[in-house]
Amino acid sequence: MHRPATWPRRPRNRKFQVTSMATAVLETGERETYLNREYGIKSWLLTVDHKRIALLYLMGITFFFFIGGFFALLIRLELLTPAGDLVQADTYNKLFTMHGQVMVFFFLIPAVPAVLGNFLIPIMIGAKDLAFPRINLLSWYLYIIGGILMVYTILAGGVDTGWTFYTPLSTEFLKTNVTTAALAVFVSGFSSILTGLNFIVTTHRMRAPGMTWNRLPLFVWAHYATSIIQVLGTPVVAIAIVLVALERLFHLGIFNPTLGGDPLLFQHLFWFYSHPAVYIMILPGMGIISEIVCCFSRKRVFGYKAMAIALLGIAVVGFLVWAHHMFVAGISLYAALIFSFLSYFVAVPSAIKVFNWTSTMYKGSISYQTPMLYAFGFIGLFTMGGLTGLFLACLGVDVHVTDTYFVVAHFHYIMVGGMVMAYLGGMHFWWPKISGRLYPEGWGRLAALLVFVGFNLTFFPQFILGYMGMPRRYWDYSHSPEFQILNVLSTAGATILAVGYLLPMIYFLWSMRYGKPAPDNPWNAAGLEWTIPSPPTTFNFEEQPVVTWEAYNYDELDQRREEVPVAH
Amino acid sequence: MHTSPPATVEGEAHENPALLHHFATEEQQKNAASLGMWLFLITEIMFFGGMFCAYLVYRYAYFGDFAAASSSLDLKLGTINTIVLIGSSLTVAMAIRCAQVGKQKAIVGYLVLTIILGVAFLGIKAIEYKQKFDEHHVPGLANFHLEGHVPRHADVPVNQNHAQIYFSLYFAMTGMHALHMIIGVGLFAYLTYKAYKGRYGPGYYTPLENGGLYWHFVDIVWIYLFPLLYLIDRHP
Amino acid sequence: MANNVDALYIFLLVVSALMSVLIFTMVIFFAVRYRKKAGVRAEQIDGSHALEITWSVIPFCVFMVFFVWGAELYFKERRPPQNSAEVYTVAKQWMWKFEHMEGQREINELHVPVGRDVKMIMTSQDVIHSFYVPAFRIKQDVLPGRYTVAWFHPTKAGTYHLFCAEYCGTMHSGMVGSVVVMEPKDYQAWMGGGGNQPLAVTGEKLFAELGCATCHKTDTQGRGPNLAALFNKPVLLEDGRTVVADENYLRESILQPTAKIVNGFKPVMPTFQGQISDEQLNALVAYVKSLGQQSNAPARNVAAAAPQP
Repeated sequence: MHRPATWPRRPRNRKFQVTSMATAVLETGERETYLNREYGIKSWLLTVDHKRIALLYLMGITFFFFIGGFFALLIRLELLTPAGDLVQADTYNKLFTMHGQVMVFFFLIPAVPAVLGNFLIPIMIGAKDLAFPRINLLSWYLYIIGGILMVYTILAGGVDTGWTFYTPLSTEFLKTNVTTAALAVFVSGFSSILTGLNFIVTTHRMRAPGMTWNRLPLFVWAHYATSIIQVLGTPVVAIAIVLVALERLFHLGIFNPTLGGDPLLFQHLFWFYSHPAVYIMILPGMGIISEIVCCFSRKRVFGYKAMAIALLGIAVVGFLVWAHHMFVAGISLYAALIFSFLSYFVAVPSAIKVFNWTSTMYKGSISYQTPMLYAFGFIGLFTMGGLTGLFLACLGVDVHVTDTYFVVAHFHYIMVGGMVMAYLGGMHFWWPKISGRLYPEGWGRLAALLVFVGFNLTFFPQFILGYMGMPRRYWDYSHSPEFQILNVLSTAGATILAVGYLLPMIYFLWSMRYGKPAPDNPWNAAGLEWTIPSPPTTFNFEEQPVVTWEAYNYDELDQRREEVPVAH
Repeated sequence: MHTSPPATVEGEAHENPALLHHFATEEQQKNAASLGMWLFLITEIMFFGGMFCAYLVYRYAYFGDFAAASSSLDLKLGTINTIVLIGSSLTVAMAIRCAQVGKQKAIVGYLVLTIILGVAFLGIKAIEYKQKFDEHHVPGLANFHLEGHVPRHADVPVNQNHAQIYFSLYFAMTGMHALHMIIGVGLFAYLTYKAYKGRYGPGYYTPLENGGLYWHFVDIVWIYLFPLLYLIDRHP
Repeated sequence: MANNVDALYIFLLVVSALMSVLIFTMVIFFAVRYRKKAGVRAEQIDGSHALEITWSVIPFCVFMVFFVWGAELYFKERRPPQNSAEVYTVAKQWMWKFEHMEGQREINELHVPVGRDVKMIMTSQDVIHSFYVPAFRIKQDVLPGRYTVAWFHPTKAGTYHLFCAEYCGTMHSGMVGSVVVMEPKDYQAWMGGGGNQPLAVTGEKLFAELGCATCHKTDTQGRGPNLAALFNKPVLLEDGRTVVADENYLRESILQPTAKIVNGFKPVMPTFQGQISDEQLNALVAYVKSLGQQSNAPARNVAAAAPQP
C-alpha cells in the first residue's frame, strides 16, 4: 500500500499564488476559507473542490426533499377520508410514483454520500481532495441532468408506474412519461456509480501517513461499503431501466408475456439493485450515528472491528437477498426458502450494530445535544424498522403483509426513521464545520423532538393498517371505512413531521448569517476534520497531517481539555 | 489573486506537468488512476451482466428459436470482426509498449492503426445491421419475420415472438457494445492527439494504459458476444 | 390458516417487543445513568468479543426459529391440498372474473362454502395483479401468460374483502370485491339456481369443436399423445427432460405446442395462441384435468367433486 512520504509542494502556478494557507487573509481582514476564497456563479459551477461540490449537492438534495415531501403531504391529505375526493385516481397514482422516485433516486441515495461524504471523507483521511475531483464535478452534473429530466417528467404531466417500474404495466399499458422518468433514473444512476468509484479509490489511495485501515473513522468505512454497492449494483438497474425504455419504444417483448417475455425477469433485475440500494441509503447513516454516539458519550466505539466488518457484511450479504421482495410474485417455493434464509443473515450484522452503539454509551459521559437526540431517535426507529423487517423475511407472515401498509411503514422506519434521522443528525453535527457557524441549539432540540414524535405518529399506525389488510397504493378505501381512524392519525403525524423538517432548513439558513461563529472543534470531537479551521480552507490541511492516534481517542481529548481549559 | 478556481492548477513547471495538485507523488496518482479504471470496468461488467443474464434466461427457455435466429447471422462478417478487434487490441498493447520504451512516432502509428481497426469493426457492424434491416430481422418493426425452422425439426417453424426476443437482445447487446466502441474511438482520437504532441513517454503513460484497459475490456465483451450470439447451434 | 399466521405473527410481535424493550431500556438507562457529570470521565472500553458473539448468535438462533416456522407455514400456504374445489380466475384491469367447476360465473364476487378447500387457478389478461383476501391471510400475484395458484379453507360464514394488492394502473384501488363464505346448505341453494354447464363439459365440447379429438384420442394412441390420466404425471420429452404435466404445462402445450415436444411424437399441432380466450383455455385445461381421474366420464367426475355437506 502506497502512502505519500511528503506533502506536495504547493504548486507555484501563476494562477494560484498563496504562500501559506495558514496566513492567507483576505483584504477584508477575514481568514480565507473554501467559502470566501472566490465568489461568483462560475466559481461554484466549475469548482472541483469537494467541499463546494458537497454544497452544490446539498442544494439539489434539499430541493428534491421538499418536492418529494410535498407529494407525500398530498398523499396523506387524500387518505384523510376513505373516498377518493381530493385528487383523481390517476393524479394519486402519479403522486405516490413521483414521491417514490424523487425520494429514492434524488434524495435518499445521494443525500448522505454526496453531501456529507463528499465534504468529509477527504478531510477525515487527511487528503486535500477526492482522488478524481473532476469526475466528482461530473457526478454532480449527471445528478443535475437526471434531476432536470425528473422535473421535466413532473411538469410534463408526471408518471404513474410506481417507483418500481413493474412490467408489463410500465412498458405496454401506461400513457404517461415513463421514458423520461426512466432516463432520469438512468442518468442519476451514473452519478451514483461515479461517486462510489471516487470514494473507493480515495479511501484506498489518498490516506494520510499513519491513517491505517484500522484507524479509519466508521463514517469512512460506511461509505466504503456503500460505494461497493453503488459500483456493483447500480449498473444492473441501469440496464434494466434501459430495457424498459427500449421495450416501451419498440415493443420488443423482452418483458412482455404476450410476446413470450417474462415480467418476473424485470423484477429480478430491478431488485438485484434496488434491495442493495436500501443499504446504499442506510449504511452512510450508520456511519454518522457511530461518529455522533462516540462523540457525545466521550468514548471509543464499542467493538470497532465488529462495527467495520458488520458494515462490509451488510454490503456483501445485501446482494444475496433481493428476491425476498417477490415471495408472492410467483417464484418457486425453494427459491423463496433460500432468500428467506439469507435475509435473516443480513439481519445479524444490523443487530450487532445496534447492540454495539448501545454498549458504547455504557459508562460514558453522555450529553444531549441535538445530534445525539437524532442518534437516540435513529437507534430506536432503526431497531423497530429492522425488527419489522424480520416479519417480512418470515415467509408465512410475508404472504399476508407484503404489498400492504405494513411494508410501507417498515421501509419508512428504515429510510425516514433511520436514514433521514441520521442525515439530520449529521447535518447538525458537522454544520459548524461546513458553515463556520453554530445553529441555535434550543431550536435544534425542538426540531429533533418534533421529527421523532411526528414520525412515529405518521408511520406507527401504518403497521396496524397493514396487518388489517390495507393494500398500499390505494387511492380510495371507501369499501373499508374501518381504516380511516388510523389514516387520520397518520396524516396528523405527517403535518407535525413537515414542521419538524422545515425548522432545520429555516434555522440553518438563519445561522449562516446570524449564527455565532463556530470554533474549530465545538464538540471537542475526535477526527481529523476537527483539527482544521471551521470552515476549512480550500486544501483542507495546512501541512500533511500524520496520524499517530487511534480513531475515537476521546480519552486523550478529554485529558487534554482538563489540562488546558478551552474558552468557549 | 483569489479569482481562479483551483481546478486550473496545473502544477509546477519543472515537475511532471501531469501531476495534479491533490496528489503527493506521481506513483500515487498513477495507482489511483488505474484502481479507478479497474473499478470502472467492474461496473461495466455488471452493466453487460444484466443483459447476459436476460440472454441466458431466454436462451434456456427458447433454445430452438434462438438457435434458428442465431443461424441467420452472417458468420463470415462476425468472424472477420472478431479478428479485427483482436488485432486492434494487439496494436493498443504495442502502442503502450512503445510509450514505455519511448518510441514517440511508433506510439502515434499504433494508435492510428487502432482507430482504423476500430472504425473498420464499426463499419462491418453497420453492414450487418443493414442486412438485418433488409431481411426484416429488426425487432419492433411491423415487418419482422424470420423464415426457417427450429434445428433438427424441419416441421417446427420458428416462433416469431421468440425470434424477436433473440434479435432484441442481439441489437441491445451488440448496440451497447458498438456504443462502447464509438466512445473508445473518440477516446483514442484524443490519446492520439496527445501522443502526437509528445505527451506520453517512459515517464508518463497512465492515460494510454487506462485507455488500453478500456479497449481490451470492450474486446473481451465481444469475445463473449461472438460465440453467444453467432455460434449457438452451428455445425460444420 | 389465518390462525396459524396470527400465531406466528404474535410470536414475532412478542419477541420483537422484548428485543425493543431490552434495547430501549438500555439506551434510556445508560443515557440517564451515565449523563455528563462534572469531574467524571468516560471509562474507555474497547469492546468484547464474547459479548459480540453472544448478541450475534442468540439473535441468529431466534431468527432461525422464525425462519423454520415461517417456511413451514409458507409451504402449507403454497401447496393446495388434493381434491380442492377449483375456481378458475381471470384478472383484468380492473375486475376479477371467477368460474367455478360447476360452471357458475361471477364478477368481483366469489361464493364458496364453509369447510371446503378452495384452489384458485389464476391468470391475468393484461398486467400483474394480486389476489389478496386479508381475512384468509393469503396473497398471490396473478401474472399474464401463466397460471399461479392460491388456496384457502374458509371456516366461518360471512363476507370478506378481496383486494388487488399489486399496483395495476388507474383504478387499482377499485379492483376490489368480496368473498362470500356460505353455509353448505345456502351454497347448494345458490349453486342450484343457475343450471350451468360444468366447466369440464364446456371444455369437452370445445375440445371437439376445435378438432383436438382427431389426434388426441382417449382410448388409443393417436397422432398426439393420449391425454387420459395425464394430469400431474411426469412426461418424458424428446430432448430427454421430464416435466410434470401441471396446469402451466397444459396451458403452454395448447398455446405453444412446439415448446415441449413429447417423446415419440411429431410437432404437428398448430398453435392456439391468440385463437382462444383465457376462459376457453381454462375450460380446456379443466377438461384435460378431468380426464385425469376417469378417462371417459368427465362430467360425472365433476359432479362427484361437488361440495359435500
